[in-house]
Amino acid sequence: MTVSEIAKELNLKFFTCEDLAAQKEAKGCYIGDLLSFAMSKVEMNNIWITIQTNVNIVAVATLAEASCILLTDGCVPDKLTIERAEEQEMIILGGDLTAYEAASKLSQLGI
Amino acid sequence: MAEVMKLHYTVSGDDFTRAGETSSKVKKTLNQLGFRPEVVRKVAISMYEAEINMVIHANGGTIDVDISPEEIIIVMQDTGPGIPDIEKAMQEGYSTADHNVRELGFGAGMGLPNMKRYSDDMQIDTEVGKGTCVKLVIKAKE
Ligand SMILES: Nc1ncnc2c1ncn2[C@@H]1O[C@H](COP(=O)(O)OP(=O)(O)OP(=O)(O)O)[C@@H](O)[C@H]1O
Ligand SMILES: [Mg+2]
Repeated sequence: MTVSEIAKELNLKFFTCEDLAAQKEAKGCYIGDLLSFAMSKVEMNNIWITIQTNVNIVAVATLAEASCILLTDGCVPDKLTIERAEEQEMIILGGDLTAYEAASKLSQLGI
Repeated sequence: MAEVMKLHYTVSGDDFTRAGETSSKVKKTLNQLGFRPEVVRKVAISMYEAEINMVIHANGGTIDVDISPEEIIIVMQDTGPGIPDIEKAMQEGYSTADHNVRELGFGAGMGLPNMKRYSDDMQIDTEVGKGTCVKLVIKAKE
């Protein structure tokens, strides 16, 4: 499934790179806010669910080749995070849902 | 590809926001050179952790990367405070990271264990008050 379809299903808002979402396939997911855990556990094309909003999430997601960063609980990325994500072409999206709600919906979608 | 490609970088110690850039550059280079994705991933993870440690714990330093078809060797040298007890520092969960950086998501105490896990050989030379040198070797051949 593409990130764009997932965004629609979960009613998520794009913070960066919406234009790339229709091309971007997502499979699997990792939930966590500690960067060293995410670094080793996020696998290629995973959706990374977090409430971490500082610029370092872009480096981690890019190096781990996540398909996107999904911010839950209404968290909004910092200005610098948005700038860097646009530069590195990393999709960031989010909504008011919790990590549990996001993950169970993703699981229903077969992600 | 030339026998050995040598890259040299300086990492500044006061800028968390740029941390990880050197690892990204090296990752791109390895992808362009056609290294296997598993190899590139191992380099990206272990190098990122070492780079971040240099920024957070040691005020920056230098990184040298030697790329050959057989292996990638990364040497990261800093002139920070050194590590008093390596064995302790290597334990999962051990961290001296302060509040400011923990708020950013650092300080899980997983950096050194990740480096060990994702490299094929890791050597740390450290002297309290002088600095730390981390050498990582990642084999490129199956
Ligand atoms: N280059 C270094 N110079 C000085 N001390 C270091 C260096 N690298 C690691 N350390 C020490 O070793 C500890 C453990 O490092 P490690 O990378 O495993 O965890 P961390 O950096 O604290 O947290 P994380 O990497 O999970 O964000 C650090 O908290 C620090 O005390
Ligand atoms: Mg670390």
